[in-house]
Amino acid sequence: MKTIVCIKQVPDTAEVRINPETNTLMRDGVPSIINPYDMHAIEAGLYIKEKTGGSVTVITMGPPQAEAALRYAISMGVDDAVLLTDRAFAGSDTCATAYILAKAIEQLGVDIIICGKQAIDGDTAQVGPEIAEFLDMPHIAYIRKFDDIKDDRIVVQRLMDEGYDVVESSLPVLLTVVRELNDPRMPSLKGKIAAKKAEVKKMSASDIGASEDDIGLKGSPTQVRNIFAPGTTKDRKILEGTAEEQVDLLLKELTELKCL
Amino acid sequence: MFIRIEKDRCSGCETCIDSCPYDAIVMKDGKAEINELCQICNACLSVCPEGAIAAIEEDSDKKEKEQGAGVWVFAEQRGGRLADVSLELLGAGRMLAEKLGAELSAVLFGSTEKEADELIKWGADRVYHCTAEIFSRFNDEAYSRLLSDLIRQYRPEIVLAGATPAGRSFIPRVAARLRTGLTADCTSLDIDSETGNLLQVRPAFGGNIMAAILCPYTRPQMATVRPRVMKRSEYDSGRKGEIIKVTADNITSRTNVIETVKEVSGIALNLQEANIIVAGGRGTDGQKGFDLLFELAEVLNASVAASRAAVDEGWIPYRHQVGQTGKTVGPKLYIACGISGAVQHLVGMQSSDIIVAINKNPDAPIFNVANYCISGDLFEIVPMLTKKLKEAKGL
Repeated sequence: MKTIVCIKQVPDTAEVRINPETNTLMRDGVPSIINPYDMHAIEAGLYIKEKTGGSVTVITMGPPQAEAALRYAISMGVDDAVLLTDRAFAGSDTCATAYILAKAIEQLGVDIIICGKQAIDGDTAQVGPEIAEFLDMPHIAYIRKFDDIKDDRIVVQRLMDEGYDVVESSLPVLLTVVRELNDPRMPSLKGKIAAKKAEVKKMSASDIGASEDDIGLKGSPTQVRNIFAPGTTKDRKILEGTAEEQVDLLLKELTELKCL
Repeated sequence: MFIRIEKDRCSGCETCIDSCPYDAIVMKDGKAEINELCQICNACLSVCPEGAIAAIEEDSDKKEKEQGAGVWVFAEQRGGRLADVSLELLGAGRMLAEKLGAELSAVLFGSTEKEADELIKWGADRVYHCTAEIFSRFNDEAYSRLLSDLIRQYRPEIVLAGATPAGRSFIPRVAARLRTGLTADCTSLDIDSETGNLLQVRPAFGGNIMAAILCPYTRPQMATVRPRVMKRSEYDSGRKGEIIKVTADNITSRTNVIETVKEVSGIALNLQEANIIVAGGRGTDGQKGFDLLFELAEVLNASVAASRAAVDEGWIPYRHQVGQTGKTVGPKLYIACGISGAVQHLVGMQSSDIIVAINKNPDAPIFNVANYCISGDLFEIVPMLTKKLKEAKGL
């Protein structure tokens, strides 16, 4: 089985805040991490390899420094890594990003593609299903359990609103995974040594045969108009006085609003 | 368009680096430089003290705008019954349609004629309805194929769908197939009065910032909307509209749902239907704090929820979690105790009618969305609330 895991290097968003006065981001010392959901995708790739044999390739699109994320994946046990990096990719939205990843994966060849359910910086959950569409292959989102993996067929449990579905699909297929699926392993010492020595394959827009009109800002139907701090509620009351006075006032107001 | 930093004017002060949400500005040889992570969000434009950063327009930016007409809502059904989010989308869609002077249509796959008629009573002018067997259960490939085909045939200007597991799974395929823009998880939608484009606002970076997104040139403009964010329109049992039967020949799928298992715990249902919710975060400091919240909840006949921080600490099970990765709730009254208010949490509860926040830190972001702000110690405030409520009820 040839498995490709798509990952993304993201800022640790729990640390990112916007300064309401200047409308700029306060991110001093915010570290870059592998998107947490992608850690579960990597673990899923390794699980499939252990079950069925074959190989696991990890791929990311990003600036040269994203290589660190790929090397971490290798230290976990992934066989090889591909970095899609090119200034022409700048400004790509989910649609253009999915196109770029799809073009690269098409060249590499694949049986199963695995993505995290979403990235914590954008939270869109769009790139996975869009890659599947560009490659004309089925996808199953929000996988929480593998029931069966065969050469030509896979059965998994997909998390839904009110429980889960048991879904089967032919291969090749793209899967997106949720946290409940597994616990990502720690890198082994052997893995860490391998990660240092490993060669990360770099591919540019021309290497993957991507046309200029489909990538970067040109290939992106959506545009960010502006960013701003989340708003403040207009009818806001700051209760004052001692704890008891505040509690009394709150109860009086809530009773008047018939909230209780 | 792209962002350029004029090397000669750059003083190397690094002010711009912190302004970038995407890590796209790096220092090279003492000068700032834009790398390929840049999303052209324009956040850096105003921060440079030297005025060295500019947005450069290219000729290729001036694309021809595609044409479309009408607002569409994808009406999700589960087991044949309309999902609540479908009715909320009709509320949002009606507002947009009126601003555009356009018609509002709903698309329904599976389900029955009776439910299609309900969509009209909830505000649709027209319903495209397909009852082919393959649509009775959610199926990514079949759903995305037929919805794309219908969009190509009728060319709507805007297509909205619920940001539910199903919507978030198959709508991206539709957008990719049509090569148009899709904005996920919108919390507000409006029409830009100047251009007539759909203005889509969504949380990013786990909700710590909000982003306004446009899809200026390609059509339709597509968005998914979180459940319980938009308000329904008025139900009008006398409303008339048109139901158009759609056939789906040659639509097949390589995936197949073998079994659907319901697994909703009483608590999850309870949370989403509760009139009052008492919620705790990191400030509850463990089991002892949550015991106080459960006591208050009992007097109020309320449900207990938690922020992700409290769930991650293991103080309360995941099924109580409210927020981006938990449940979205909209009770009449939400009492947030010791919750700082990361927007991951806020997106899950900010459509509550009345929000009370109790927090030691007067600068906690939860106070920005609260109607009543009590800056104090929950270990003092919550038991006092419980006691006084008991007294008032004569307990």
